[in-house]
Amino acid sequence: MSIIAARKESTTTATPAAGTPAEAAAHVSAGTAPAAATRGQVDITNVRKSFGATEVLKGVTLSVPPGGVAVIVGPSGSGKSTLLRTINHLEKVDGGYITIDGELVGYEVRGNKLHELREKDILKQRTNIGMVFQSFNLFPHLTALENVIEAPIVAQKRSKTEARKRGLELLDRVGLKDRADAYPRQLSGGQQQRVAIARALALDPKILLFDEPTSALDPELVNEVLDVIRELATSGTTLIVVTHEMGFARDVADTVVFMDDGLIVESGKPQDIFANPREERTRSFFSKVIEPAFNI
Amino acid sequence: MSAIAPPATADTAPPTPDYSEYKLVPARHPWRWVGTVVVAAGVAAIAWSLVTNPRWEWGVVAQWFTAQSVVNGLIETLKLTAISGVLGFVLGFILALMRLSASPLLVSVSWTFSWIFRSTPLLVQLLLWYNLGYLYEKISLGIPFTDVRFFEAQTTTLISQFAAAVLGLTLNQAAYSAEIIRGGILSVDQGQLEAASALGIPAWQRSTRIVLPQAMRAILPNAFNEIIGLVKGTSIVYVLAYSELFYTVQVIYNRTQQVLPLLLVATLWYVVITSVLSVFQYYIERHFSKGAVRNLPLTPLQKARKFFATHVAASPTKDAR
Repeated sequence: MSIIAARKESTTTATPAAGTPAEAAAHVSAGTAPAAATRGQVDITNVRKSFGATEVLKGVTLSVPPGGVAVIVGPSGSGKSTLLRTINHLEKVDGGYITIDGELVGYEVRGNKLHELREKDILKQRTNIGMVFQSFNLFPHLTALENVIEAPIVAQKRSKTEARKRGLELLDRVGLKDRADAYPRQLSGGQQQRVAIARALALDPKILLFDEPTSALDPELVNEVLDVIRELATSGTTLIVVTHEMGFARDVADTVVFMDDGLIVESGKPQDIFANPREERTRSFFSKVIEPAFNI
Repeated sequence: MSAIAPPATADTAPPTPDYSEYKLVPARHPWRWVGTVVVAAGVAAIAWSLVTNPRWEWGVVAQWFTAQSVVNGLIETLKLTAISGVLGFVLGFILALMRLSASPLLVSVSWTFSWIFRSTPLLVQLLLWYNLGYLYEKISLGIPFTDVRFFEAQTTTLISQFAAAVLGLTLNQAAYSAEIIRGGILSVDQGQLEAASALGIPAWQRSTRIVLPQAMRAILPNAFNEIIGLVKGTSIVYVLAYSELFYTVQVIYNRTQQVLPLLLVATLWYVVITSVLSVFQYYIERHFSKGAVRNLPLTPLQKARKFFATHVAASPTKDAR
């Protein structure tokens, strides 16, 4: 693993939010990002979010460098998915802010206030951020190829021929070129999720967000999806993945982020965090989710 | 492993006989046959009485069925149905969107509209619109609470029988179709909207390209129910003495006293319209079920073709066997 020398220390560090224990300071390394990756820097700063009286994010700070692969793990209800959904403004933050390559997500500075952007501008930002959902959310009335080319045609106004050509390339990349004309219900769960990944890639996003991409799949279908994500991890696109697949996290992540109760408890390189977690909460979580056979 | 010990006589049990040469005989259903015969006899009796009872006066029916006045009435009926159907569903769509919006005012206005028009008889609504001139002598368009008027007209000249009929049928239809469309939109999974907005697809295209095509599956059967109801519902505008199909046959039988045959003429036309609409319904529903079922069912035409292809071609070989 090589740390890119040019990276400023401040962008590689997740600093603890006010009120969090100092030792919870999460250090995010630049990881194995290819030197080519120059876009897709994500900075999350002190993000807070409540649903009613429940505070699900209590001040989360995290940086992921261009081309980095951050895997967020943690017990259910720890705020992982909510954090992911704030990154493309599907979930509005109550406090803090997020930037991508220095540009604020969902807001603009006017005077000394952050004004929420108009929907048109938010949608434009979202075309830089692909998202893959746990339940696939493919459009059932459109074929695999139509699912992939819908957003390029409607949101980016690309020509139909160009979009189709690119769509077929992407389906080929996820190994589904021969199923281009199949409807989602004619595909297995694993195939559907691979179409969903191709759909997210069709907008050439800087960043891809994966919200438990394999949780709805039968065990024997998990690997075909993970293999596609593994391949993406070397492509220079920044990946942020919420998952329960610890083996995948160990293999693919530059950084593993452990969240609990709305906070980042600790983060680090996978070999460090799995072998020597600093926090008791991390240790107790891993001891529950990692099978005894899985030892580094 | 089962807790039951293997039978001690396992090795002495007789070997299973070989049934592979036996012919399979499906179960018989004698009562199904009895039911079929009884119903067939009933249907035949009804058909026989329709044909042989001279009081149906089929000759009179045939004479008036394509008479110019009846056809004119039919055209008026189709015109009323088409105009109030289309306008009703457009207004219903707007009302449904209002009802689903985040604005409490829009929600309550939409709710009140449906409440009023669904709670009052259509007959009363039609008479009210036709007699609007009694309530408001003039209708004008201008800026409220000022004297600025862009347009002003006598209510009675503005609201003809046709206008009153369209107005009444449209507003009534809108109230019902708003609920149907709202139900259809609600039936689409929330994740679809989320996925579409995560892909940067603008709001209007999210509704028209992602949500509506899926909502159509839930909307269509009810919508066709409404349209078919509307076809026959137009007969109620006879109270305005509007010469649609039903009013026309009334006028004729009041003159000729051939009441039942002429009612039959109107009825047969309504059956024809409904049948044509049902065929449309089948194919439109089939179009929107793309992707909702693994494999589309065959159309009746395809089924017939397949039947002839397999049975007619296969029967000689069957005989040969």
